[in-house]
Amino acid sequence: MSSITPLIALGQAAEPVSRTPLVIIGIYMCVLFGLGWISSRLFRGSSKDFFVASHSIGPFMLLMSVFGTTMTAFALVGSTGKAFSMGIGVYGLMASSSGLIHAACFFLVGIRMWSFGKKYGYVTQIQFFRDRFESKKLGYLLFPILAGLIIPYLLVGLIGAGTYIGGVTRGMFPGTFDAGAVPGWLTGLVICGVVLFYVFSGGVRSAVWANTFQTIVFMIMGLVGFIVIAKGIGGLAEASELARQHAPEKLVREGLMTPAHFMSYMLVPLSVGMFPHLFQHWLTAKSAKAFRLTVIAHPLCIMIVWVPCILIGIWGAGLYAEGSLIVPKLPNGAPNANTVLSMMVNKFMVDPVLIGLFSAGVLAAIMSSLDSQFVCVGSMFTNDFIVPMFGEKRFSDRQKVWLGRGFIVFIVVITYVISIFKPMSVFNLGIWCFSGFSALFPIAFAAVYWKRVTTAGVFASVIATAVTWVLFIHDSLGRAAGEQWFGVKEHGEYLIAGVMPVAFICLASVVALVGVSLATKPPTGETIDKFFPAKG
Amino acid sequence: MKKVVYGLLILLAVIHQDVWWWDNGELVFGFMPLGLFYHSLYSCMAAAVWAMAVKWAWPGDIEQWAESGDEAGGEQ
Repeated sequence: MSSITPLIALGQAAEPVSRTPLVIIGIYMCVLFGLGWISSRLFRGSSKDFFVASHSIGPFMLLMSVFGTTMTAFALVGSTGKAFSMGIGVYGLMASSSGLIHAACFFLVGIRMWSFGKKYGYVTQIQFFRDRFESKKLGYLLFPILAGLIIPYLLVGLIGAGTYIGGVTRGMFPGTFDAGAVPGWLTGLVICGVVLFYVFSGGVRSAVWANTFQTIVFMIMGLVGFIVIAKGIGGLAEASELARQHAPEKLVREGLMTPAHFMSYMLVPLSVGMFPHLFQHWLTAKSAKAFRLTVIAHPLCIMIVWVPCILIGIWGAGLYAEGSLIVPKLPNGAPNANTVLSMMVNKFMVDPVLIGLFSAGVLAAIMSSLDSQFVCVGSMFTNDFIVPMFGEKRFSDRQKVWLGRGFIVFIVVITYVISIFKPMSVFNLGIWCFSGFSALFPIAFAAVYWKRVTTAGVFASVIATAVTWVLFIHDSLGRAAGEQWFGVKEHGEYLIAGVMPVAFICLASVVALVGVSLATKPPTGETIDKFFPAKG
Repeated sequence: MKKVVYGLLILLAVIHQDVWWWDNGELVFGFMPLGLFYHSLYSCMAAAVWAMAVKWAWPGDIEQWAESGDEAGGEQ
């Protein structure tokens, strides 16, 4: 213990603040530009290549792109901040459960979706649903809902990046920016610009290449950062001992979450089965065999990224309680958990080159999700809205690509503007977004396993999800504390009857799907034959 | 074997709810809180069970059907 305090003091006294980390980040952005340019050389110019890379991606790149896509600011900035507030239980809430549920979604739903995409030439999830449920109108209902749910997901990335870079650059530009830190609007502008460049260059192929590169970068730099921070505190044992002495409640779950609350979180990772951008990544696979590595290695990759983040979070809580870690405050006086990772980096990483590399790793995790989401919204707009509305032959292949690009810019501008004015907890924002997708998952599952599901049942399920999601989110965020209609806020979480709202949103979705399907006319034999091929 | 794999997956879902050391803050290897250590092991167990699923419960029929020739007959 006695060796810790001088080291902490040393970390705080690093003045003047070097701008080298920003130079390293700048170089990293240039590498991404280069990668975008190289992958654009391989772009075949067709919409099929832009949207699903002509089904050419092998096992390793599929693993890296799928894993990189699911890990965003939520995984690095959000998990560290949440562990700072709620302790080690956060790993069980999202990470270990995702190892089981995500892989289940890939194995049970992803492979089947890929097979239909391969067989019938689908490019987007909505195309599949329109065919499977014999309804063009379903596409018009799902398109705004899925695009709307992607916006909070994009926000998670932009807010996370802005908060992290703001924290790590504090004091670099005194007199130019508030607290001398690069403002969130500037960080958002730069990363959106870079991602737009390489996505425009080669579509989903560029996204897959960049994801693979960025996933490797953030996994390696995450581990390096973890080791450096642990050493800075005085070693793994010293760091955890410090947390045990000053914030012992963060090492257990008692008092911070109940078993019912913990269990209800298991529904949240179901969202990956309904993410339209993951559907698109599934379709890039060269063969079904390419999924094997993803299914097996995904739980391990999650562990490699999340365990260090959780430990850094609880170490931060110990240091904060001891009074040796400064965490910027929110307007309500509570510490801003989103900034914990950057504050720990600032405090314990002395080498500016290392800070730059680690920060590039954090941005890599964020951008590896943004790119897929950008491509996805463009694909959905072109294939699920414009083409069904105006007809397949109204636009040339090249025009379709440009329409997709135009809509991407439109969505990015909206998200960017919201990110400037509406900062909130990255973790909680992510959970709301995932909850909406999770509640739509029963539709994806029924589409590939339940012959009796009907168009009306799917409409009812989508509407039930939308209504309950909006109702609960308004109750949680739109009403003053203590005046909620349905739930209560405990430890920064909005709970209804002690469980996450996702449980009730999913319940409403399933009841509507099953009830209305059983009460309405079954789908035609032609559709059943098409999507449930005879075995053998 | 397929049934064993599905049984193990259900077992994994059950043992995720490790209420038995909800309030145990012991440090494993001197630095890893017990609850976090257990769930890290859980991630490894999940990978192992998924490896078994890939080996013994792989949907080979679907794969074969999809690769038997593109039809591109969807309403797009």
